[in-house]
Amino acid sequence: MVKAFKSLNLSRIGVNLFIGLLAVFILGPLFWLGLHAFAVDWHYPNLYPSGFTMRWWSKVFLDSALATAIKNSLIISPIVVLISMVICLPAAYAAGRMNFFGRKAFMIGLFSANSFPKIGLFAAIATLYYALNLMETFAGVVIIQLLGTIIYMTWIPAAAFAAVPKNLEEAARDAGASKFTVFRTITLRLAMPGILVAIVMSFLASFDEAQGTYLVGAPGIFTMPTEMYSLVQNYPIQVAAVFSILLAIPSVLLLGLARKHIMGGQLAEGFQLK
Amino acid sequence: MSKEGSAMGLELKGLKKILGGRVIIDNLDLSVNQGEMISLLGPSGCGKTTTLRMIAGFLTVDAGKITVAGEDVTGLGPDKRPSAMVFQNYALWPHMTVAKNVAYPLKIKGLGKKETTQKVEAALSLVNLMHHKDSRPGQISGGEQQRVALARALIQEPNVLLLDEPLSNLDAKLREKVREDIRQLQRRLGITTVIVTHDQEEALSISDRVAVMNNGRIEQFSTPHELYNAPATEYVATFIGSLNRFEGDLVNGVIQPGTHVTGIRPEDLTLNSQAVEGSHPGVVELIIPRGHFHEVVVKRDDATLRIFASENIPAVGANVHVGIKKSLRYLNGKLVV
Repeated sequence: MVKAFKSLNLSRIGVNLFIGLLAVFILGPLFWLGLHAFAVDWHYPNLYPSGFTMRWWSKVFLDSALATAIKNSLIISPIVVLISMVICLPAAYAAGRMNFFGRKAFMIGLFSANSFPKIGLFAAIATLYYALNLMETFAGVVIIQLLGTIIYMTWIPAAAFAAVPKNLEEAARDAGASKFTVFRTITLRLAMPGILVAIVMSFLASFDEAQGTYLVGAPGIFTMPTEMYSLVQNYPIQVAAVFSILLAIPSVLLLGLARKHIMGGQLAEGFQLK
Repeated sequence: MSKEGSAMGLELKGLKKILGGRVIIDNLDLSVNQGEMISLLGPSGCGKTTTLRMIAGFLTVDAGKITVAGEDVTGLGPDKRPSAMVFQNYALWPHMTVAKNVAYPLKIKGLGKKETTQKVEAALSLVNLMHHKDSRPGQISGGEQQRVALARALIQEPNVLLLDEPLSNLDAKLREKVREDIRQLQRRLGITTVIVTHDQEEALSISDRVAVMNNGRIEQFSTPHELYNAPATEYVATFIGSLNRFEGDLVNGVIQPGTHVTGIRPEDLTLNSQAVEGSHPGVVELIIPRGHFHEVVVKRDDATLRIFASENIPAVGANVHVGIKKSLRYLNGKLVV
């Protein structure tokens, strides 16, 4: 009895220790990053920063290149999400609601862009871009970022549409609603949580996209992630820390917002082939 | 039969439906009087739900004609038909409150806010649900959900009310009460009603007339009383109630080889301890208590009979005398009078 209790206690201590280490491993770098954003200077072998300052923050907001990158990101990502919705949501509805020939092949085919090293795909696209004069253009960056949103904007809403029970639509038809009214007032409303998740995921995919954007946009157009490349090389490390905190804000906000009631189930539901 | 569609609440003529290459409904005729409540009764796969869905307009017909209150609705979509349906699982919209669910048909019609509120409150009062008007469907019980679905159907003031297995999702106790509630409401409003059910007790107790369906056809369409006492086909006789079925004829109270099929209801048999006129001896093989009566299985020389008896129950192995009060006779599946 005592022995069992002891071993139970030991294993519990082990688990707690493991969780503690894991937390340090995951949160440690973030903590380090956070301190750096406010540190005057912090070099090995100093245990603490030599002082705290807001200097790096004002530097980021006053630097015209960095401000432009922030502005670009905040303009491009919503546009990418909007265009992605226009293109993908009808396809998602079709895939979720209609049983057409090649439906499964179509849905799995959408993953093809994710199944190759992206940089190879982008390089191939770049040659096409030169021919079409899309290099270093706003449209070029939008198109390249669209690629990463397609999976989210088709799979998750398709599952959401498929999950709307047919008889809820029939009941509305029975009540006198036209097909379009039924779609607007019933189907779309019930699929909305899934669509919201898709919007969040697509926004983050676009907001974080760096490889393709750098290849296609630089040096004419920089977004926040691509600006990071030059930051690391040309600015003190504290500026990069500030910038990456700024970059993380939308992700944390959106994920927190979405996670609250809709995220987990919808995401898991979204990636099941039925 | 009325003429010029003056009295018919609902009329189906020569209805046919083929689904997946299979004939589901074949040349089906049905006339329902204005204000009448009828049931489509049959086992699963008999085509009763398909018929209901064709009346509602969710399925197009491959041949035939559907008339509601004299108006041909065959070519109309479900939104244009003067029918309203209560779905088996109620099909309430989870993102709307109870009141919004009930108001939906009026909102679609473009009715004013004040009038809508009045009508919704009247409909909810009718089904005793005013206290739940701001609840979501997920927060109320199955029986309450069903009343919401009923209110949503009735607020459309339909010419025909369609109920798809309305009681199947309720527990046994509630079922009887809801059954009576629906019947009373239907009588009060005088609304032509079609119920789809696989439960014969439900069909017999609630309907003015019952259409027994089998393989996409109507075997018999008559009152519950007639259905039980004079089943037109052997199928109906075996489907409704219990039946002792024998291949052979009944001659002088004894089953003999013959060309007919003989059916005897278990309650049409008498169980006597002594020989009486017309009875024949047998031995009790089995006794099954069935609540307010007992099912007694007696083996006679000519046949083994199932008898419903409520008093003077003999013991297993006892010698008894069984008499036959009434029997049904079928030739090629049809009743021979």
